Amino acid sequence: MALVEVNNLAIQFGGIRAVDGVSFEISAGEIYTIIGPNGAGKTTIFNLISRIYDPLDGTIVFNGQDITHEQPHRIAQLGIARTFQNIELFENATVLDNLLLGRHRHHRTQFWQEIVFFPVVRHQELEDREKVEEIIDFLDLQHYREQFVRSLPYGVRKVVELARALATQPELLMLDEPSSGLNVEETRDMSFWIRDIRQQLGITLLMVEHDMKLVADVSDRVLALNDGRVLTEGSPSSVQGNADVVAAYLGE
Amino acid sequence: MRFIFKTSYQQDIRLYRHGGDIFWYGLLLLALLTAPAVLDVYYIGELTLMAIFAIAGVGLMLLTGYTGQISLGHAAFFGVGAYTEAVLIEAGWPFLLSFPTAGLLAGAVGVAIGLPALRLTGLYLAIATLAFAFIVEEVLARWESVTHGHEGMAVGDISLLGMDIDTEWKLYYIAIAVLILVMLGALNILRSPTGRAFVAIRDSEHAAQSLGVNLATYKTLAFAISAAFTGLAGALYAHKLLYISPDAFTIYMSIELLLMVVIGGLGSLHGVVFGAAFVILLPQAIAIFRDELPSMVAEQPGLESAIFGLILVLVILFEPLGIYGRWLKIKHYFSVFPLYRKATFKRQKTYSRMTQR
Repeated sequence: MALVEVNNLAIQFGGIRAVDGVSFEISAGEIYTIIGPNGAGKTTIFNLISRIYDPLDGTIVFNGQDITHEQPHRIAQLGIARTFQNIELFENATVLDNLLLGRHRHHRTQFWQEIVFFPVVRHQELEDREKVEEIIDFLDLQHYREQFVRSLPYGVRKVVELARALATQPELLMLDEPSSGLNVEETRDMSFWIRDIRQQLGITLLMVEHDMKLVADVSDRVLALNDGRVLTEGSPSSVQGNADVVAAYLGE
Repeated sequence: MRFIFKTSYQQDIRLYRHGGDIFWYGLLLLALLTAPAVLDVYYIGELTLMAIFAIAGVGLMLLTGYTGQISLGHAAFFGVGAYTEAVLIEAGWPFLLSFPTAGLLAGAVGVAIGLPALRLTGLYLAIATLAFAFIVEEVLARWESVTHGHEGMAVGDISLLGMDIDTEWKLYYIAIAVLILVMLGALNILRSPTGRAFVAIRDSEHAAQSLGVNLATYKTLAFAISAAFTGLAGALYAHKLLYISPDAFTIYMSIELLLMVVIGGLGSLHGVVFGAAFVILLPQAIAIFRDELPSMVAEQPGLESAIFGLILVLVILFEPLGIYGRWLKIKHYFSVFPLYRKATFKRQKTYSRMTQR
């Protein structure tokens, strides 16, 4: 059974159908990439799955559960994590605090226990910290642990955001342009990490990406969109060779 | 400069960073405890007021400084706390019961304003809370059977465990004790998931939501805690004034409270104390200063507010982190002496921030 099933998804902004009847399925353990020119509706699909937008039509099923009308904060609790195209970190907090926030969905303590800082809260903090340290090691962030996000360079922020998403221990990780703004070396690191995330952590990935080399390197299957509609779906090489895709990128 | 070598996760959780912290806070506590023996009763009264404002400031700091929700209506929670305390003491409740009740009731009122405030941000939230404060002020003035309206009401003395709190220094100790408890509560919240969720909401609502933070729950909770702390301050304030009337809890007080957290330094609990000291001491300073001024200026009725306003503008322009920010810089200057560089605290501007707001 597929981990994610998107059926006939549609949304309209004013007179524009940003996403128009898009369907796809992602199986567990897959790296699935959505490509397409600017304005094709890639990020909109992410925002629909994150429930930031309400779809006009269609359904989204995750793990056999219909999440089309879930509340936005429930999405993370169900095991879907994401990063943002323009990086949405908590700027005035340290890297460590950002990552600890990733643990939010696992918290069991109530606020009245926290105001007195009962032993159960301390215990939970230590547990969270251990999990966060695993991720810091995984992504080589040791050096930045105590630094404030606002003082970090762009490339590092990108990694911190990935780390924060991983700290939620998701089943599905959605990466919105993981390589945008990164240099060649950082992009190569990113592609290694993406493969490691699948292999070592067993997380399914859904990705929006422009860098075709990265896409070809890591993706199992690729979905090409244009003007909110599906052009084609298949292996990276078959999609890259597809005449419709070439036309969408280069013009007729 | 001190470098801390960390060998355990506990070190990041505990309330002090190193032995120096314990020493200095211990010294401060000692100074506070011995103050009544040394200082004139007038100054003890001023210190009590400072502590009371700092308690309310901790509440407002959690809401505005940490959760990023502005409130121009905190005088209302102050008033609710003060009146609850006055009415309950009049009804013969013991202080140990009436005092927490004052906090809880103010907290409940905080939830009531927090719920409609969920959909509002920034300026709109400020206006909504302002309107709410006017409503509460009006209720206090009109609900004569309980509050005695504009006539005001006398506040009975506290009787705590068989002891009458009838002198300045006794109330002073109570205020200091409550301030310490409230500070510890705030510190505990800030080092646990709830506090981090607050900061998350302040910095990016989208990201907070994508990590599973329920915005509605946490914003309401922030309002509730903030209002409850402010209500506790109000209850003590009632005992400090001995006589309360609705015109003690006006928009002017709301602005004073907000001023306090902004000038003290948004996003720092140290800032609350600095801000409280500033708000209480400034009128005194102005009073002394006033004698030196030509009578034309000195007798202007709005002089105090004008100076307050001017200082606020200067702080926002030149020291956005408030007095606490200045304090950090001075500390840093001495700890690295003579290697201080002017550029150390230059704010880094990044383009990702500029595109966001």
